[in-house]
Amino acid sequence: MNFSQQLIAFNTIMVKEYLRFIRIWVQTIIPPVITMALYFVIFGQLIGSQIGDIDGYRYMDYIVPGLILMAVITNSYSNVVSSFFSAKFQKNIEEMIISPLPNYIILAGYISGGVARGVTVGITVTVVSMFFSDFQIHSLGITLAVFVLTSILFSIAGLINAAYARSFDDITIIPTFVLTPLTYLGGIFYSIKMLPVFCQTFSMANPIMYMINAFRYGLLGVSDIDVTTALVIIVAFIIILFTLALSLLNKGVGIKP
Amino acid sequence: MSVNALKIENLKKTYRNGTVALHGVNLDVMEGDFFALLGPNGAGKSTTISIISSLTNKTTGKVQVFGHDIDQDPATARSMIGLVPQEFNFNIFEPVIEILINQAGFYGISRKVATRRAEKYLRKLELWDKRFDMAKELSGGMKRRLMIARALVHEPKLLILDEPTAGVDIEIRHSMWTFMREINASGTTIILTTHYLEEAESLCNHIAIIDKGVTIEHTSMRTLLDRLRVETFVLYLEEPLSEAPICGDYPLKLVDSNTLEVGVAHSQTLNEFFHLLSERNIQVLSMRNKTNRLEQLFVTMMRDGNAENYSGVQA
Repeated sequence: MNFSQQLIAFNTIMVKEYLRFIRIWVQTIIPPVITMALYFVIFGQLIGSQIGDIDGYRYMDYIVPGLILMAVITNSYSNVVSSFFSAKFQKNIEEMIISPLPNYIILAGYISGGVARGVTVGITVTVVSMFFSDFQIHSLGITLAVFVLTSILFSIAGLINAAYARSFDDITIIPTFVLTPLTYLGGIFYSIKMLPVFCQTFSMANPIMYMINAFRYGLLGVSDIDVTTALVIIVAFIIILFTLALSLLNKGVGIKP
Repeated sequence: MSVNALKIENLKKTYRNGTVALHGVNLDVMEGDFFALLGPNGAGKSTTISIISSLTNKTTGKVQVFGHDIDQDPATARSMIGLVPQEFNFNIFEPVIEILINQAGFYGISRKVATRRAEKYLRKLELWDKRFDMAKELSGGMKRRLMIARALVHEPKLLILDEPTAGVDIEIRHSMWTFMREINASGTTIILTTHYLEEAESLCNHIAIIDKGVTIEHTSMRTLLDRLRVETFVLYLEEPLSEAPICGDYPLKLVDSNTLEVGVAHSQTLNEFFHLLSERNIQVLSMRNKTNRLEQLFVTMMRDGNAENYSGVQA
């Protein structure tokens, strides 16, 4: 396939994936927005009003970046894991496998779908957060970079999960037992400086902590860690997971007997 | 020099659980051929097709599509193949026309061209009125036709049909046969697997039979059918008979008073037989083959387990 054919193929997957989650917007867009709105009301307004400032910001303002990024992470991940696994389950992944599509285009296509959903939900949650918080964007560049890179990273992770998954149970194990704990322990609701030293060290091994702090820096200008380090770590994870995912597709893991 | 549409050499497949599906399949399909790939359930037909179309990794062996090796030049080889698999494998929640346009997109075909081709094939396969329906709303026969349309949308040179008429009513089956003949006549090489042997006999020029993962027969349909030494016909008589008449060397059996069965060897003619019947004032209203000829050969081959033992089969 030449470059323009590859572009058509990539665009086909991207549009297909975009339409897939837009068609079922009641299941894909609304629930995370409602969940985040509840977080804003309960943790931000009700409980947050009883908590003092953190790093010079109201508690409500402090948790907004983490909550937006949590929505981006979970939606990017779940979009790709469910779409790719459903394609495996219904066997319509075969439509792509029999075609001359290079595997990196398949991978890029699914990532684009995950990013589209992550960004759509993220923007919607951001809009909702404006009813509760009047934060100003500190650095648009860093905010957008973390927003998109995190979405890419978790889209790839979703595809890897789906490639290995053999049942619908398998696509819920990682989000439930790995992703959710790491996200909550990544400093959405607190600064890691509030933790005992041992827990601070432990938190440094949590990659999501870097993303949340980098995003918080982008929005508020405060972070527990160095933002450059955070961006390097995110990009490094993207490269590692992209290579792994491509290798799985090339070997046909989970899709070719 | 003409290149084979498909060339398979010593193809072997062992699944991860240790099951050996193919022990060494060899196939040559000429360009423009209508080729039947037959075999009992579990013989390895679908595994062979899956390997050709890159859905399954082979263990060893060589597969070339129009001279392009599926390992060395996979993109070119794949671009030449259209596959209609045995099981429905489209997204049932997508509209019919979108399934075709997306499939064309995976081959790098622009939306404009894809839309035009989708219309062409949906009209030919009588699905145009259903183009905006979700695939899940189609009947079984319509779903089969949708898979054929989808396989053709990138206009492949080699079309592989894995039981395309399974579960389709007789009227639609015949219209699909007509369509397949048209596609073949336009230059597309077709490989067909089917359990309707009448279909294979009617459509195909060449045939390969796979059993237990090996090719046990690979020849022209005519050569294979010529191996039938005796063909059995059923005759429906105008007047009842009390016993089977004696007509030269023709073995006759009275099935009921108005139905007669006769075995006609290759060395004999039906004219001669009818002449003998006329001499005995026996009037025949109609006649038919007792069984499909290919079916009888196939059953005997599977029963005897190899290709050499069936040359004396009676149909």
